[in-house]
Amino acid sequence: MKKTEIAVIGGGPAGLMAALAAAEMGARVTIMDRNSRLGGQLVKQTHMFFGSEKEYASVRGIDIGKVLSAEVLKNPRIETMLDSTVIGYYPDDGVLGVEVEEKTFVKIKPEKVIVATGASEKFLPFENNDLPGIYGAGAVQTLMNEHGVVPGENVLMVGAGNIGLIVSYQLMQAGVNVKAIIDAAPSIGGYWVHASKVARLGVPIMTSYTVKAAYPNELTGALERAVIWQVDDKWQPIPGTEKVLKVDVICISVGLSPLAEILWQAGCRMKYVPQLGGHVALRDENMETTVPGVYVAGDVAGVEEASSAMIEGRLAGLNAAKSLGYDNGKYDEKRREAMEQLQNLRSGPVGEKIRQGLAQLAL
Amino acid sequence: MLKTSGIPTAEDLAVRIPPEERRKKGPVVMIECFQKIPCNPCFTACKHGAIQKFEDINDLPEVNFDNCNGCGLCISKCPGLAIFVIDETYSENEAAVSLPFEFLPLPREGEEVDLLDRSGKIVGRGKVLKVRNGKYEDRTPVITVAVPRELSMVVRNIKLGGDVR
Repeated sequence: MKKTEIAVIGGGPAGLMAALAAAEMGARVTIMDRNSRLGGQLVKQTHMFFGSEKEYASVRGIDIGKVLSAEVLKNPRIETMLDSTVIGYYPDDGVLGVEVEEKTFVKIKPEKVIVATGASEKFLPFENNDLPGIYGAGAVQTLMNEHGVVPGENVLMVGAGNIGLIVSYQLMQAGVNVKAIIDAAPSIGGYWVHASKVARLGVPIMTSYTVKAAYPNELTGALERAVIWQVDDKWQPIPGTEKVLKVDVICISVGLSPLAEILWQAGCRMKYVPQLGGHVALRDENMETTVPGVYVAGDVAGVEEASSAMIEGRLAGLNAAKSLGYDNGKYDEKRREAMEQLQNLRSGPVGEKIRQGLAQLAL
Repeated sequence: MLKTSGIPTAEDLAVRIPPEERRKKGPVVMIECFQKIPCNPCFTACKHGAIQKFEDINDLPEVNFDNCNGCGLCISKCPGLAIFVIDETYSENEAAVSLPFEFLPLPREGEEVDLLDRSGKIVGRGKVLKVRNGKYEDRTPVITVAVPRELSMVVRNIKLGGDVR
């Protein structure tokens, strides 16, 4: 059986930062990702990040991903396993089961585990929501930003959170027409600056609207029309408010849900916290869950921005290393700094939902 | 309404428009940032002490307009693409508006383009004066376009093509 000091599951912003922070303290780290490259969702983020210089403000997600991946790959204390899906955690003996390149099964026994698996997209129930042409926003970003393929010609974006707004902007950059952005909520959930960016391209944003149904082209079977309708303040659709949009793409961007399977398997105490996207693990301020030695960071710890995911990763990495006795002399300073950064990022009005969610999690 | 359409109202804008006195003196920044989000690179980008240091990173940017020389170095550093530089002294009848523009193809200097307002509506035609697309701009090119003076606070985007006069 393979052994390592700290296993980091997931090579996105949180996992990369966790691996780097733990290695910086002196620990030996194995970082695993099911994709064939590191970076997680950063590889799709063509927009500049918010925050301060410390959180790579004004740097595009794609560039942050490149910088962090390169640092991880050249760090002698970090081993990187790509095309490696962690499919099980056996709490009795603390062993991870990893499927490598879809053909080998490897068992790894780490001393500490940092779970940074991210989140998956939520979907929306409506008639014919499985037609060709109906995508999650992540798929649209993968197609366009990773493979250079446009998903279609005319898009209905469902969801005016940051992802819906950003992907709409990226679609317009790629020459794809976004006919409208709708959201069932009465106001825009994403940052207003992102909304203003798409508004001045002439894309209408319609709040209090949802999808009623989608209809296929009779010959091709692919999406041809979407019917949307208004909802009232109790989220109930209002008959008679239907509008028909001729679109060949519906892009669904209605939120993310933590990918917490490994935490369930590990036996972590979980709690359903709607403000954080779903079931999340209770943890202390060091990001350690109720199972000693199992840490969380990033969207799996509560769906938030990539900037805070990176700092949570750093915090989890520092603490996991410290618990093994590693400290390069800067642990206290680095930990304090990370906690201050998180506090700053979450202290404003847009952090209120996150603060409410986190308040339910503390141990 | 910003929170339902992404389009700021005249009332929203009123507090961000540089004072008229200052506008008469030459190019000056206008930061169309209306929501307290954790973000401060505009302060970091400003080399003239015009954009004030943030007490709290969630604060809205504060501008000391007298210190701003309209250099526009903040435009491409704003992650929200919310910064514009307005020069109402450009010519007798025209103002020059500098805006971030992340679309291809880029306009050529001298090219006539459609002028768009904050809702993407075409409000006129104008000539591109300058295209800044260097290493500093880092894929957020800054376009300066001449607009009819009365549209200096209206034009916030451009569109290539359109009817050539």
